[in-house]
Amino acid sequence: MREPRLSRRGLLAGGAATAVGALAACAPSGTPTAATAAATAVPVSAGTAVEPFHGTHQSGVATSPQTYAAFLGLDLRKGTGKEAIGRLMRLLTDDARRLTEGRPALADVEPELAFNPARLTVTFGFGPGLFTAAGVEHLRPKTVAALPAFSIDKLEKQWSDGDLLVQICADDGVTLSHALRMIVKDARAFAKVRWTQRGFRRSPQVQEPGTTQRNLMGQLDGTVNPAPGTADFDRAVWISDGPEWLRGGTTLVLRRIHMDLETWDAADRVAREFSVGRRLDNGAPITGNAEHDEPDFEKLGPAGFPVISEYAHIRRARVQDPGQRIFRRPYNYDEGVTADGKSSSGLLFASYQADIDRQFVPVQRNLAEADLLNAWTVPIGSAVFAIPPGCAPNGWVGDTLLG
Amino acid sequence: MFLRRIAPAAVLIAVVSACGSQPAAQPDTQAVAQTAPAATPAPSGQAAISVTDPWVKSTESGMTAAFGTLVNNGDTEVTVLSATSPLSPDVELHEVVDSGGKMVMRPKEGGFTIPAHGTHQLEPGADHIMMMGVTKPVKPGDQISFTLTFKDGGTLEFTGIGKDFAGGKENYQPGMDHDGHGGDDGDHGASGETGKDHG
Repeated sequence: MREPRLSRRGLLAGGAATAVGALAACAPSGTPTAATAAATAVPVSAGTAVEPFHGTHQSGVATSPQTYAAFLGLDLRKGTGKEAIGRLMRLLTDDARRLTEGRPALADVEPELAFNPARLTVTFGFGPGLFTAAGVEHLRPKTVAALPAFSIDKLEKQWSDGDLLVQICADDGVTLSHALRMIVKDARAFAKVRWTQRGFRRSPQVQEPGTTQRNLMGQLDGTVNPAPGTADFDRAVWISDGPEWLRGGTTLVLRRIHMDLETWDAADRVAREFSVGRRLDNGAPITGNAEHDEPDFEKLGPAGFPVISEYAHIRRARVQDPGQRIFRRPYNYDEGVTADGKSSSGLLFASYQADIDRQFVPVQRNLAEADLLNAWTVPIGSAVFAIPPGCAPNGWVGDTLLG
Repeated sequence: MFLRRIAPAAVLIAVVSACGSQPAAQPDTQAVAQTAPAATPAPSGQAAISVTDPWVKSTESGMTAAFGTLVNNGDTEVTVLSATSPLSPDVELHEVVDSGGKMVMRPKEGGFTIPAHGTHQLEPGADHIMMMGVTKPVKPGDQISFTLTFKDGGTLEFTGIGKDFAGGKENYQPGMDHDGHGGDDGDHGASGETGKDHG
């Protein structure tokens, strides 16, 4: 049984909170001491945990993914120019600063909801329309624009584009709702809500942080991903050239990918593993034994064909240079079930990269041309944003562009 | 839970300053009491007064109000007698009281008293700084300056931030010497810009 083994490893490697959580998970009938400790210590430490707000980079990118996410796409109201956008960003930065620190927002009428930040992060992004509205079109990176059309896309307006992104993540759903509410109340004088996309992952209290997560198709998703804190990650994600205002920032491509779980149900395990090129049980390449084994793309089967198909997802998505890879921070979505019992599920595929044209587009083109997984997945939403650098304690997000 | 309701003043002042127009190098100037003119030396307790988290309910026109926390770090109680703002010719210190089962606001006799080493909350539904006939709209994110005058003649300047806010709609019951505001609608402001296009 794989999951309990991971938990026991967490017990050895993790901090106190992780250890207590793992104890509780592994030993439901465990000692009274462990049970008591779990009941008192775990919710408190998880609830009051804080992610930094200020710094070179905005939080919410390199941050170990929280359990819940809400991506809010806003369209600026007609006539909202640079001065007004500056006022908006000062207000939203002030809200984010307070809430992420576990303090109520200014004029917060539910202040008690702010006291458990639960690793809340609030991350802002600027879509193409914001640059036009602010009259700073010349400072927009040229790749922060609608992506080229891909043959597999069936994009819906209700999930696409937007002038301003607010990405809110937290390990607690109540905390997240409160933050979203406070942000929206301050934003709506300036902007209309274009879309809200909510997602979830296994929480760090359930599965050790850093563990590759499973998507709703049951696949381990994200094995090859730059690791925050490494030079490869910094090179892949943070912008270090181009317009001065965006140094220390990044870009986000947010794709909403519908999964057809009904037809996926009809695929047997061999077909499922063949389509990706990885085993379902532990995520190992079908030429290897462990998740992080290097795939052997040259290996041939008895009939003389490659073991990992020419059209397997991992072959099509392969990028040799780790500094040229995209950084994925995906969330699952599940918007309920239709009257006849069909799911509306998929992935909020959040991809961060220093350069969309150089990193995201080539991979997406490879996948669109031929990826066996395309039989079950359909991109239905697409939005692109510049993620400004972080701000100082006396600054605001976007001050390098709009200040 | 474990977080103080009122964070240390220095931290909050820095936050206020971040939203204000003052250079970052002078983070404290906005909310720290000004020294009274040389002719009337400031009393000892006054330099210890500050306003944390000041904000103003946004409005298109008419009346609105300012809120925040008055903080007194001094050894003696301090009384705010009046307030002024460039945005309104008529600024009053208000309280909200029960008048025959209905909550109404009216000028507060004697002003706001901040106890030694204590605070005085200005919040919707309670004491607040009332602005009549604002000379221009208060938009969300606007920076509105105020000057408080204390009983001893000292003053304190601070900047409040415009915020959309749904509450704070008590009826105005003018005081004996303030019955000249019949033209106002008795609301702390319209719904601001919410739901309307800027253009």
